[in-house]
Amino acid sequence: MPEALRLSGLVAGYRPDLPILRGIDLALEPGGMTAVVGPNGAGKSTLIKAIAGLVPISGGTVTRGGADITGLRPDRMAEHGMAYVPQTDNVFRGLTIRENLDLALRRAGRAAPERLARLQAMFPMLADKADIRGGALSGGQRQMLAVAMALATEPSLVMLDEPSAGLAPNITADVLAMARRLTEDGTTVLLVEQNVKQALALADRCIVLAEGRIEADGPATELREGTTLAEIFLGARRRVA
Amino acid sequence: MIQHLIDGVLVGAIISLGAIGLTMVMHILRFANFSHAELLSVGAYAAFVLGPLIAGLSGALEAGIGPLSLSWAVALAVPLAMAITGATAVLLDRIVFQRVRAKGGELSMVFASFGVALVMRNVIGLIFGLSPHLYSRDIAFAQIISYDPLIMVKPDQVAVLVLALILMLALHLLLSRTTFGYSLRAVAENPDLAQVTGVDLKAAIRAVWLIGGALAAAAGVFYGLTNQIIPVMGRDLVLPIFAATIAGGIGSVYGAVLGGFLVGIAGNLALLVLPPGYTPSLPFVIIIAVLLLRPHGLFGEARA
Repeated sequence: MPEALRLSGLVAGYRPDLPILRGIDLALEPGGMTAVVGPNGAGKSTLIKAIAGLVPISGGTVTRGGADITGLRPDRMAEHGMAYVPQTDNVFRGLTIRENLDLALRRAGRAAPERLARLQAMFPMLADKADIRGGALSGGQRQMLAVAMALATEPSLVMLDEPSAGLAPNITADVLAMARRLTEDGTTVLLVEQNVKQALALADRCIVLAEGRIEADGPATELREGTTLAEIFLGARRRVA
Repeated sequence: MIQHLIDGVLVGAIISLGAIGLTMVMHILRFANFSHAELLSVGAYAAFVLGPLIAGLSGALEAGIGPLSLSWAVALAVPLAMAITGATAVLLDRIVFQRVRAKGGELSMVFASFGVALVMRNVIGLIFGLSPHLYSRDIAFAQIISYDPLIMVKPDQVAVLVLALILMLALHLLLSRTTFGYSLRAVAENPDLAQVTGVDLKAAIRAVWLIGGALAAAAGVFYGLTNQIIPVMGRDLVLPIFAATIAGGIGSVYGAVLGGFLVGIAGNLALLVLPPGYTPSLPFVIIIAVLLLRPHGLFGEARA
């Protein structure tokens, strides 16, 4: 089975002379949830944004199913079966729920009504509050809409950037559980999360990022028990340059 | 008083059309485009050239429409002028603004727009001369619709107001009823998220220039119809258009419409109390007054 995603020597950053990611090698098998954790400034969000085409890549390659998608245009992600849910500003505040969804379904053509019905069945709130503007939603509702918009193109790889950011703790659990449920139909989920404990409890595999490099990579259960994470977060482990 | 109000509404409609394009471009590309008002001149002169050409096709087209001084030929030239001006705006972006955007900051864009404005104004002056032109030599007589108080309205003014409102309604429907309209609103609010949602950013920016240019062209023709066509019309209108945009709130199409009427009406009502020489200062007074009360404009939102 072809890989869901492969990064080879990925170097990326907003400015070519200031790389945030400094050589990332990573392969994702299809299915399951991979969590990316790490201290602030480790480059977690940059990693997802570089894959999505929102941060310039200055070295290395991104391939998906054997096809080179390095430096892909963000609006072309859907063509490669990928979707990305940004961190906080992830729905259009000035558009109603229905308008947000219609925009996300714009390229679905004839399949649009059926897909809309499916998303509304998945999140009944989206049908009940169809005329509410994105800016008026609560944090949890906003995340549901954002995830629904990402699913509109029926992606097989969904990348979520800190879906728990700015949410109340009890809602965080719901949102992360929702992310986990996406894997039930075989969808690959790449989750960047600040909430390490909860992310590790749900993920199959965990990648620890620090200073733009992968510090640890393994099954989430192992990292949950070991001391590696604490060392990295507390800065005890330093890479020898 | 009522006469001034009516005149103000008319001028306001023209300013509104200009301000809509400016507010959309300012919001999406984040720069104050001082050359926007020159697009009004491009549109006005395009219709001025095309009108007689269309009239040449058939003599019947030379006649005025009903009581209007506006001929069928010029009326048919308006959509063409809108298309030409929209294309001009897209072309200017490609030749100048896109390149400056890639290398320079917002301030470079503002200065570039000043330069573009000067070039456009003077090229028009070189081609057509500096003296004013009219679409029609026919004198449009004002109709007296009331003797006490005395209110006079030219049929052209009514036609211009109706057409301007139709264009605004069409834009409203486009933005509020079509997914293409949603995509433009999406790009204005959050370009990164819009791209992630599948919107082609470059195509959306082209569409905004096209719409802004087309509406500016209509405003230019309407201005030429009710005043005169002259190369410096852009210079005369740039401040009222900016005042309408800023007062309405940058990025708000409805704010731009309201701001346009506000500036137009205030400008005409001011004639009642101020000597005419002071009216050019009024747009600034409106900008200051609105910003003191609502720092982001009437319809604007705070943004990073």
